[in-house]
Amino acid sequence: MEVKAKSACETCSHFNAEGLKRLGVNTTEVDFVVALAGNPNTGKSTVFNALTGLRQHTGNWPGKTVTRAEGAFEYNKEKYKLVDLPGTYSLLSTSEDEEVARNFILFGKPDVTVIVVDASRLERNLNLVLQILEITDRAVLCLNLMDEAERNHIEIDTRTLARYLGIPVVPTSARYDKGIPELIQTISEVANGKIICKPHRIKNIPKNIENAVQKLSLEIKKEYPEIANSRWIAFRLLEGDEHIIELLRTGEFV
Amino acid sequence: MKNKNIEHIISLSNDLRWQIGDEFHDNLAEGIYADAAEIVKDSVHKTDEKNKLRLDARIDKIITSKIWGFPIMFLILALVLWLTIIGANYPSSMLAGLLLDTVHPALKAFASSIGMPWWLDGFLIDGVYLAVAWVIAVMLPPMAIFFPLFTLLEDFGYLPRVAFNLDHLFKLSGAHGKQALTMSMGFGCNAAGVVATRIIDSPRERLIAIITNNFSLCNGRWPTQILIATIFVGAVVPNSFSSIASLSAVIGIAILGIFFMFLVSWALSKTVLKGEVSTFNLELPPYRPPRFWKTIYTSLIDRTIIVLWRAIVFAAPAGAVIWLISNVYLGDQSMAAWLISSLDGFGFLLGLNGVILVAYIVAIPANEIVIPTILMLTVLVTGIDGGAGAGVMFELDSVSATGDVLRAGGWTLLTAINLMLFSLLHNPCSTTIYTIYKETKSVKWTVVASILPVIMGFIVTFLVAQIWRLFI
Repeated sequence: MEVKAKSACETCSHFNAEGLKRLGVNTTEVDFVVALAGNPNTGKSTVFNALTGLRQHTGNWPGKTVTRAEGAFEYNKEKYKLVDLPGTYSLLSTSEDEEVARNFILFGKPDVTVIVVDASRLERNLNLVLQILEITDRAVLCLNLMDEAERNHIEIDTRTLARYLGIPVVPTSARYDKGIPELIQTISEVANGKIICKPHRIKNIPKNIENAVQKLSLEIKKEYPEIANSRWIAFRLLEGDEHIIELLRTGEFV
Repeated sequence: MKNKNIEHIISLSNDLRWQIGDEFHDNLAEGIYADAAEIVKDSVHKTDEKNKLRLDARIDKIITSKIWGFPIMFLILALVLWLTIIGANYPSSMLAGLLLDTVHPALKAFASSIGMPWWLDGFLIDGVYLAVAWVIAVMLPPMAIFFPLFTLLEDFGYLPRVAFNLDHLFKLSGAHGKQALTMSMGFGCNAAGVVATRIIDSPRERLIAIITNNFSLCNGRWPTQILIATIFVGAVVPNSFSSIASLSAVIGIAILGIFFMFLVSWALSKTVLKGEVSTFNLELPPYRPPRFWKTIYTSLIDRTIIVLWRAIVFAAPAGAVIWLISNVYLGDQSMAAWLISSLDGFGFLLGLNGVILVAYIVAIPANEIVIPTILMLTVLVTGIDGGAGAGVMFELDSVSATGDVLRAGGWTLLTAINLMLFSLLHNPCSTTIYTIYKETKSVKWTVVASILPVIMGFIVTFLVAQIWRLFI
């Protein structure tokens, strides 16, 4: 992760805080598309509402959001479309309710994927985070529900976390609108390429699998040099995912 | 050329898949978990992890316990309904006083001062306006109390606990445990409940959840239940017990609905929708103190106003239809009178009457307008028109005045009980029917979901009426 040097003021999110305009459902002519992904019940819809000014229904139970909601905001004269995805625990299974989220991250090609995680259940949430980081290299970790983590006496070293994951980490408490300006600032910096992510790639896999993945991924890159997630496609091919094989044949996802 | 390379990649992947064996999926998952554990080890420090978790666990131990789980559920249901019944009374009569007693005469006076023809005046002011005014007066207060209370419970994290408590019963009836969540959403609005069934993966269990969602009394029906219970059930016991009696009657109907939901789920899973119960896991989220004012605000602005608006949109044309069928004559009878008298016999068999059946036909678009329609049609057939003329939903600003009109229409305690039963067991509203079609993409299942409850309603009210007349 590299951040271009700037004056201290410019990098402060509050410097630009007045540049935010919540645009509600007006999602025409956007400059960037931002996806909101994460485990169920981590507060994705609450973050969505805080960013867009909309009042998407929220509730304290996993699975509340079943449809894909879209909204928009403007920040420093650039327009962002925000897509609130249903919560998923993983992108590896084939269950139907995960499909909306999976397909959007894979094929919707969001400019930035904001991964919302529950700070007090970080380890479990990382399962999805690490999968998403195999797919996209433009992501922001929104470490949400920080208020609950604090109440549970859980301390998180966000710098270490960011270094491991290779993406910026922003602690928030979206219910209380805390950390939202910082989140917006970070999203815009990733979208504009001011922050370059070096996402973590899954390491702890047996040698023979790693070799197979590298071999395949190399072949895929030869065919589609512009593709960013050849490793993920290699994973899916080894899994025997018919859908991916079909798409590879038609070349639609490129 | 390109195709050849891609086929090469695919066949290479097939070869590699053979080489690495079938543990690939598990190996990958394990790899991810190992990575996650490493990262967390270095970046997360727990200083005192037990405290809060212990409190959540302690609450759960009571709320989901075998002994206390069910009583607490009933208690919460009773409390929500009690607050709704008590709280809605005063604003309801205030709104009725304003919209029906003050604004309506003023509009009439204005119409006559500008010389509006009687039919236009009747159609617009006595038909459209009064229907809308009635819906606002009857619907708004209970909804404005019920929705926020429900949302507070939802925000607190109670719904998954309900699912936990009821899981065993759902399993016994061959349905998915998450149906408890969609059922709960149905108590607010059945169309929302049907959409919520998307959280159920198995198509078989999802269909069961969709078809049975209508057995959750929705917001369009709570006010009907509350009003009728207050007038008729509350009246048969001494005054001091009347609110307890009517509250119990409403809770009884709601629980009967849950019973029918289980019964029909069970019957479906044993016949046309046979199959295994799928396993699933549902996280019990931590209890979160609801953001009280924010919740009140959003549930008022969003849910209440949106649902009310929908009711108004349907009430306006319904009011027009009612006025028209009451004022268009076939021979010497108005269309409404003709319809009512032709359905009276069938209505009697069900312990209901022609007016109620006509009202339910008129009210297919929205349950909210059943009571106003019944009142207006009752006034029409009994001829007590309060000087307002045919097809006019005239001023009934107190509960007892409403009761007087209904009694004049020949209503008894049996009529009231059967109306409450029929309000529970009849076709879903048009919005819900459309939603069912959108979600299932099947005409067959949409028809089943729409017709099945009406048939059940006919059977149940028929049986109750026959047994009642034998013994009472």
